[in-house]
Amino acid sequence: MTGSNTARPRSPNIRNYRPQLTSVLSIVNRITGVALSLGAIVLVAGLAAAALGPQMYEPLRRTLISPLGKLTLLFMTFAVFLHLCGGIRHLIWDLGIGFELRSIYVSGWIIVVVSGLLTIATWTAAIVLGAHS
Amino acid sequence: MSSPPLRSPGARARGLGSARRGSEAWLAERISAVALIPLTLWLVISLVMLHGGAYTDFVGWIRKPASSLLMVLSLVALFHHTALGLEVIIEDYVHSAAKLPVLVGCRFLCVTLCTTGLLAILMLDTKATP
Repeated sequence: MTGSNTARPRSPNIRNYRPQLTSVLSIVNRITGVALSLGAIVLVAGLAAAALGPQMYEPLRRTLISPLGKLTLLFMTFAVFLHLCGGIRHLIWDLGIGFELRSIYVSGWIIVVVSGLLTIATWTAAIVLGAHS
Repeated sequence: MSSPPLRSPGARARGLGSARRGSEAWLAERISAVALIPLTLWLVISLVMLHGGAYTDFVGWIRKPASSLLMVLSLVALFHHTALGLEVIIEDYVHSAAKLPVLVGCRFLCVTLCTTGLLAILMLDTKATP
């Protein structure tokens, strides 16, 4: 039994664990949560810049409407909806509903599709209604 | 009504097993999540309408009492939820001596950011001219 405690494989061993919708959405909820934490910093920066005056607000506004800024906002929009829909899925699970394997896959695909549609709807609305310049 | 203890006094003394508390953080994460459903939708719709707008548009919008109130509620719910979520992630992945300082630092950062946002709203609301 010498050395039996060293370098044992851990479960799940992520290097030979085949990704599935369930496991991917599980980690995606965490990743989007961390990404949205960074987005929350930008929200506070926006409020603080506005409070300090237009000379502070303008550079932030310009950054956010630049191509890279818009691309980041697009990803953030998708992250918001994935985390929101994924969160609602978790809240439904917390009520003890939807634990059958088939339900878990159906709800998983629903949140991916709905998040995509909401992202498209949001950006269509932003382009049509927004005070974009 | 107390059930017979399942752990030996020794195990209890070493602090193994349930601390008999801890579900508060789990529940608070869910309650803040429920609050954030309507607040997030409001925030996304508002930011869509404002996207790329001028400084005066933003200030005029945030100074509306309804906007100020909903933004205050959003910031409090958002940063409480953010702190709780990040703390779970830290507890899962940080096992070194850095765990406690990282947890405390995370909570300090979230409280500071939230307070900065609230102060900014207060400044914008009380500003003489936008």
